[in-house]
Amino acid sequence: MKKTALWWLAAGMLSAACLPWFVNEDAQGPLSFLSGLGTEPGASLLIRVAVFSDAALWPIGLCLFALAAVCFSGLSGRRFAVALTSVSAVSLAVLVAYGLTADLPAGLSWGAFGLASSMLFLLTSGISSLRSANGDAFVVGLIGAVIVLVGLFVFFPIAHVMSEAFELPDGSYGVSRFFSLFFAKEVWHLSCLSGGGSCGPAVNSLFLAVCTGLATTMLGLAFALIATRSGFRAKRLLRMLTVLPIITPPFVIGLALILLFGRAGVVTDFAHEWFGFDKTRWVYGFTGVFVAQLLSFTPIAFLVLIGVVEGVSPSMEEASQTMRASRWQTFRHVSLPLMRPGLANAFLLGFIESLADFGNPLVLGGDFGVLSTEIYFAIVGAVSDSARAAVLGIVLLTMTLGAFLLQRWWLGSGSYATVTGKGDSGRHCHMSRGLKLTCYAVALPWAAFTAVVYSMIFFGSIVALWGYDNSFTLAHYTRAFGFDFSDGLSLNGAAWDSYFTTLKIAALAAPLTALVGLATAYLLVRRQFAGKQIFEFGTLLSFAIPGTVVGISYILAFNVPPIELTGTGAILIIAFMFRNMPVGVRGGVAAMSQLDKSLDEASVTLGANSFTTVRRVIAPLLGPAILAALVYSFVRAITSVSAVIFLVSARHNMATSFIVGRVENGEFGIAIAYSAVLIITMLVCIGLLQLIVGQRALYRADRKRKNQLSPQTATT
Amino acid sequence: MFRLAAGTAAMLAILTTPQVVMGNSGSLNVVCSAEQPWCDLMATAFEKETGVDVAMVRKSTGETLAQVRAESENPKIDVWWGGTGDPHLIAAAEGLSQPSGVDTGELLGWARNMAEISEGSAIGIYAGALGIAYNREVLEEKGLTPPSCWADLADVSYAGEIQVANPNSSGTAYTELATFVQLFGEDKAYEMLHEIGKNVNQYTKSGSAPSKAAARGETGISIGFMHDMVTLASSGFPLEIVAPCEGTGYEVGAVSVIAGAKNPENAVKWVEFALDAGVQSRAVEVGQFQVPSNGNATVAPESPDLASIKLIDYDFATYGSGDTRARLLSRWDADVKDAEKN
Repeated sequence: MKKTALWWLAAGMLSAACLPWFVNEDAQGPLSFLSGLGTEPGASLLIRVAVFSDAALWPIGLCLFALAAVCFSGLSGRRFAVALTSVSAVSLAVLVAYGLTADLPAGLSWGAFGLASSMLFLLTSGISSLRSANGDAFVVGLIGAVIVLVGLFVFFPIAHVMSEAFELPDGSYGVSRFFSLFFAKEVWHLSCLSGGGSCGPAVNSLFLAVCTGLATTMLGLAFALIATRSGFRAKRLLRMLTVLPIITPPFVIGLALILLFGRAGVVTDFAHEWFGFDKTRWVYGFTGVFVAQLLSFTPIAFLVLIGVVEGVSPSMEEASQTMRASRWQTFRHVSLPLMRPGLANAFLLGFIESLADFGNPLVLGGDFGVLSTEIYFAIVGAVSDSARAAVLGIVLLTMTLGAFLLQRWWLGSGSYATVTGKGDSGRHCHMSRGLKLTCYAVALPWAAFTAVVYSMIFFGSIVALWGYDNSFTLAHYTRAFGFDFSDGLSLNGAAWDSYFTTLKIAALAAPLTALVGLATAYLLVRRQFAGKQIFEFGTLLSFAIPGTVVGISYILAFNVPPIELTGTGAILIIAFMFRNMPVGVRGGVAAMSQLDKSLDEASVTLGANSFTTVRRVIAPLLGPAILAALVYSFVRAITSVSAVIFLVSARHNMATSFIVGRVENGEFGIAIAYSAVLIITMLVCIGLLQLIVGQRALYRADRKRKNQLSPQTATT
Repeated sequence: MFRLAAGTAAMLAILTTPQVVMGNSGSLNVVCSAEQPWCDLMATAFEKETGVDVAMVRKSTGETLAQVRAESENPKIDVWWGGTGDPHLIAAAEGLSQPSGVDTGELLGWARNMAEISEGSAIGIYAGALGIAYNREVLEEKGLTPPSCWADLADVSYAGEIQVANPNSSGTAYTELATFVQLFGEDKAYEMLHEIGKNVNQYTKSGSAPSKAAARGETGISIGFMHDMVTLASSGFPLEIVAPCEGTGYEVGAVSVIAGAKNPENAVKWVEFALDAGVQSRAVEVGQFQVPSNGNATVAPESPDLASIKLIDYDFATYGSGDTRARLLSRWDADVKDAEKN
């Protein structure tokens, strides 16, 4: 315990002495900060205090000194814990006060962040040794780190935007305008029910989200059942098809649907000529958006559900069958109830995704207005009204909160653990005939439909003018990804820059997102602490808010010191981390609910600490959840658009903003060619990730198969 | 695991280090609200001529205005080039942009007018007239005669064929609304818009969407800026462009220097560069057909000829002001938006 504290103290000292305190715009290159340490803008805390006599930093220096004094004081046991906790708490408060109140010349840099984290972990190790019962330094440290991160990068920026909801036109604050905007008739009116035009955007959003949530969960379940419990031959192909939509850049699905079902679409033309159907604009409105959202979000439900469906213990099903239950009864009364956490989480994600979806309603919405587009145009439209945007954002959040509470109520307090420490043999029972046919009837046409949509997209990238001039050309590809060997390799395509930036940022964001998400899930499922419910909802916040609002809130919060991130790649990575974290959390929560707590207890009884337990017992059993979190966050970093629009800068431009620019200009060919390249890139990356993370071998059947595949592992 | 974490941390450190590449002549941060190929052309040409390192990103005018507002305490953008003039004027009125003091002597009247309204903060760089486009094939198939005037659009035969943007979200559609008011007087204008509204199949959010839909045959007729229509037609769509017989309004694209810019000298250089006749003549190289603001610049033959179009004397000062805007839009919501369909 004291050793841990000393380590963190050393880390803090090192940050204070050798890392630049402020962001130094003159520094170029990764190691240039060393040469900048001697100059005022690049100096570390210690040098600033000693050489440049920066008075504002004195209190922080004193705090560091006091911390060192405590660590080397010779106090021990509870007195040491009390001293450490109080001194580090005060130090942290001093540092925060400095960040918020001092007049800073530039944003804080690594020195400050290193010092802050060392103080934070000194505090948590102090707290952990205060409480003898639950005193696990790793767990308390994790709780502290996640709370600080979520507070800093979720609550802090969102609070900035939300405060605008209560701002009155004259600049003062009050609730009068808030309520009139919140309950405004334009937002909630129900005239579509009485047959007079369209409903308000809030009603539309809610209806759409419920439909999408339910439908994606059903489809996802059908796919997951086919993938895990049937003898279906082309499982791999099916899996790929279900993953395709999630890796598709925005607007592309909408465009493909218009080209298929629009008034001048291929299918519409066909139906008109052969069956005499009228050419109508039915695809614009609820139906079109709903279909597009189904295509886009079913994979998320699938990713959440497949781990859960796999995780339902075969021995439970076998027990049921031994007691003469039919396959259907087993599924209905044993397997399905055990899948509840998965179903609930899949629905919640589908619901929230649908609420926050922006691209599909924009392209296909017609006059079917939803909250996310209303919010976007309240910010960037011809009349910008940030208060209205903020209030509509709160309406959206209220719905999310409602769905979240509903989910909690439905799950109740039952236990869904099926992966226990006891050896679990056997294999999953196959589906009953009726269920299997239903699954096939639902999933296969859908898969075929997805395949058609994607061949349309690919077709669009190799013809001169999609829909009009169908002569074959590779010009779109060469314009975007052209290269030249005449003197060495030179990449002269227009898209290379944003392509590499996007990959770099996504590759960095994915592991960080998965890490934060799964760590949070671990805390939520396995640990009890005060304020857990609020904490859990907080992790959903940034996901539930439309990307545009997140983007604006990040600019408002991180454009000025103490934390100045605008224009860097880091702001994109952080935005992605906290925006996509909830998928890791939900997937992790669903998967971890299935792991029996006795596994942890066994590990701890055998002398492992929590960190080792997580690393050697829980993490290997979470394979699919880790993979889902990694894949999802990687892909979302590449395909998300609304959040990045405000955050991209010239040095860090993203693929999606390139694509959207081309779509706006009507250059669909190059936009789709770029999308096709991105899709292939992502497929390759997902394949690689799958290889690295690997599949978990839960049951005898899996292990046997694995051993057959690689005999050398069997011998070792 | 640790290797992964360490690697990530190292990459993060590299990424977050400000990568300011200092050329001899400094750098410049540009947000471009014109079309991407034109943005690229401008950036490369400017770098070549001045040696200034240009960092450019493309964002729509609404997004740029929102970003400039959010960043006002510590602006990261130096200059904002292109895009319709209204948001530039709003930025000037809110003090978000600053006068560049560049000589506007060579510019045409409407461009100088914009500079006067904004007290030198926003200067006109191109103009584009509002017009009607129709899809030749769709109209032939339905046996409809093409429209030639604004008033024609109210004809019952066009039921469900017209698409136009919603002025609450689109600057293009607001220009249309203001044009109608200036052409016909306020009451008559709303009466006409109401009648046309009966034929409208959708009020889109974005101003350029209707013409794209018309190009693909998703709608028969669209209202929008003529230079966008020229771009679509010249890429091969069966789109015909009509300059309405009653006359029409126009937009002026602008360039502004952001207040508190970190590289003010280079920003002024950029403005001078953007107003240059030779530079403005090059827009056509990348398929942009707006009319340049410099009187000495050459106009592309495909460009809508402003001399042959009846242009109204568009009053940017009045119709750009927040009060007029709010009044016109709330009346649009009441009188036009929910017109019963033909």
